[in-house]
Amino acid sequence: MMKDFTYHKVSSSTVSIHFDEDKCIGCNRCVEACQIDVLMPGDKTPKVIWPGECWYCGACVMECPIEGAISFRHPLMNQARFISKEELNK
Amino acid sequence: MNWPYVNEAGKLFEEHCDVLVVGGGLSGCFAAIAAAEKGKKVILLEKGGISRCGSAGTGFDHWEMACTNPGCKVSPLEMTLALEEEQDYYSNAIGHYIEAKDGWDCLQDIERWGGKIRDTEDEFKGAAFRDEKTKLLYAYDYESRYTLRVFGTTFRPAIIQQMKKLGVRIFERTEATTLLTNNNTASGVLGFDTRSARITIFHAKSLVLCMSRPARIWLFNGDIPGLSEFRPFQSIGTGHAMGYKAGMEFTMMEKSIRGEFSAYGRSFPPYGTGNNHNTWYAATMVDSRGVEIPYVDRDGNILKTVEERYLPAKGQKFFLKGGVIDEPKYEWRGPETLPFDKLMDMGYKLPFYADLSSMPEMERKAIWGLMVGEEAKTRIPVYDNYNKRGFDPSKHLLQSYGTGWQSAAFLEQERQLFGAPGGMMHDWNLETSIKNVFAAGDSLYASDCAGFACTSGRWAGKHAAVSADKDYEAVDMDYVESEKERLLKPLNNEDGLDWRELNLAISKAMQNYCGGIKCDDTLKQGIDLITSFKKEQLPLLKAENPHELVRIHEVSDILEVSEMILQASLARKCDSAPLSFKRSDCDPSKQKEENAYLVISKKDDQIKTYYKPHRFYGDIEEGYRSHEVK
Ligand SMILES: Cc1cc2nc3c(=O)[nH]c(=O)nc-3n(C[C@H](O)[C@H](O)[C@H](O)COP(=O)(O)OP(=O)(O)OC[C@H]3O[C@@H](n4cnc5c(N)ncnc54)[C@H](O)[C@@H]3O)c2cc1C
Ligand code: SF4
Ligand code: SF4
Repeated sequence: MMKDFTYHKVSSSTVSIHFDEDKCIGCNRCVEACQIDVLMPGDKTPKVIWPGECWYCGACVMECPIEGAISFRHPLMNQARFISKEELNK
Repeated sequence: MNWPYVNEAGKLFEEHCDVLVVGGGLSGCFAAIAAAEKGKKVILLEKGGISRCGSAGTGFDHWEMACTNPGCKVSPLEMTLALEEEQDYYSNAIGHYIEAKDGWDCLQDIERWGGKIRDTEDEFKGAAFRDEKTKLLYAYDYESRYTLRVFGTTFRPAIIQQMKKLGVRIFERTEATTLLTNNNTASGVLGFDTRSARITIFHAKSLVLCMSRPARIWLFNGDIPGLSEFRPFQSIGTGHAMGYKAGMEFTMMEKSIRGEFSAYGRSFPPYGTGNNHNTWYAATMVDSRGVEIPYVDRDGNILKTVEERYLPAKGQKFFLKGGVIDEPKYEWRGPETLPFDKLMDMGYKLPFYADLSSMPEMERKAIWGLMVGEEAKTRIPVYDNYNKRGFDPSKHLLQSYGTGWQSAAFLEQERQLFGAPGGMMHDWNLETSIKNVFAAGDSLYASDCAGFACTSGRWAGKHAAVSADKDYEAVDMDYVESEKERLLKPLNNEDGLDWRELNLAISKAMQNYCGGIKCDDTLKQGIDLITSFKKEQLPLLKAENPHELVRIHEVSDILEVSEMILQASLARKCDSAPLSFKRSDCDPSKQKEENAYLVISKKDDQIKTYYKPHRFYGDIEEGYRSHEVK
């Protein structure tokens, strides 16, 4: 028998996925949708264990049955800028 | 924290099937369905979760080269010959002809299974890109109509349901690690459960390898590794590594291009910035003063209307645009905005923006809503996310970064296997040089795109079914035991190295020794360094759980593929523009003989290379006819 497996959150300078504890029903569909296994099942909500490995595809959010239980954002450095036409013409 | 899944490390299981498909992206699913339709017992292995895995798991927005669709005016042969010439004969004509002939059939299959390929809700009624009778929506060249806009987010659930209906046994979270062969014939694959660490021998009579292509070779970031590359993070070319170790032939592996797409460093998320290519073709672009950037035809004539951006030039039958095509030759060049340098000379001011607001409503909705929305990685990350941030395409301009449409500015040594790179060598059956091992999709040489993946998967699956009428080959149990030990060993290295440190070192080594300009001396140094990493560093990597073991298996495969790339580069002595291959010690006397496919393989640690002539596949129509499995 091999030794027991352990794990811990591997921190990264950006985290793409956040959970809303009040909305999440803990069904783990997001965990199953992620092809990288960035997420692990948790107590109230799943946990983001390997945030750095996320490839920002949004599959976890697409598969979630509850609006707003899971949310996605790009790293700050990748937030592309947009402006209104009027602002440009000023 | 305690691992929430079962621990099966050290346990060995066995499974049997006729056809084993490895990789559950588009090509793998189509292969599995085709083999199952032929009555074969099929197993599909997928490293991730099946629901949304693969490059196109979250969707795709356009299907190229569907030349037999009812509106298309280009024949499959015309298209294949155009691509051959456009790519200087480093083109996968076998795959492209199958793609052009069979694409429309595959699309109709997807529709039967529940996917959406037409504008059934009449959202785009009256648009120039819509055929009112069939309700099909076209992209790019609205005249010749060989590329379709599709509702790619709906495809995956439909395809999976069809696999299940046909009784395909799907093993998710199963990483194929090792190709098992007997006398250069397939006997099966070893699978590693990414959550329990159980190892399974999958015995099979024939195999279809559908694990896409290598990545994380030159591009790697240890802090945000998931953003390093364009394709899914866990998809790093294990098919290539296992094939190479088993003696399989590859070609064009010396081809790499300056990075185009990732989302770290000098690059932005694909499809999420102002641009006018691919998903965003042909968006109106303006400069920082709001002055429109002109589109020109292939002769440099300024196009006055938006409609003209989607039409071939006078006397031109069709133009080429899409995933594989960057800057086509004159014959197939379509409308394009003026080149960046020219714009600078003319006084256009940075930054540039995509301005959908000034486009006709149908074209705006086609880009923002249909293309951005149905394209992979756009429904949530771009469409929903930007809408939530307040982006309104009828009011806002989206900024471009850097000088080009990619909104990226990579250095010459930051390279990628992109734009129809090398891959597995194959014949008209899509069989590799190992008997009964077939391959499809992005793992084939000079391949690209969703339509290519589906059609080649279907073709390979049918051939694998035919080849499965035989007995199982024996499996070498000593080799299985040694592989088992290799796969689990890092669990015992408590004070070892983090896998990221080695991946980072590989990428730096490849940038240094196999960058934009190559020469014998640096390539040889690169080989020495990669070999020393394999021997001295790889055995030091540590893991606490199956997830980390998988990352280590990946790094081991990346080392294997890096070696193949270095060796292939060493074998080619003269520059080759079509292969983006440049040397400081180029031997021009070799130019003629080297204008061919460089084929590489490895047996007993000996590298073997030879050149195979362009068009080795013979007459294209005859090849298709004589190898078609009905
Ligand atoms: C963001 C994005 C957008 C794109 N948009 C378009 C588009 O609009 N139109 C178009 O034509 N093309 C598009 N493409 C390209 C197209 O999606 C791919 O060419 C096509 O999906 C490739 O299919 P595939 O089956 O070869 O590989 P993939 O779909 O990538 O599947 C490979 C699968 O193999 C699995 N795998 C890898 N290693 C192992 C292993 N060791 N064991 C088991 N499984 C393994 C992976 O987990 C993955 O699921 C896009 C690609 C990307 C990344
Ligand atoms: S965005 Fe994609 S890669 Fe990231 S956690 Fe969600 S499913 Fe996984
Ligand atoms: S899918 Fe949604 S509801 Fe289910 S666990 Fe994930 S976030 Fe919670």
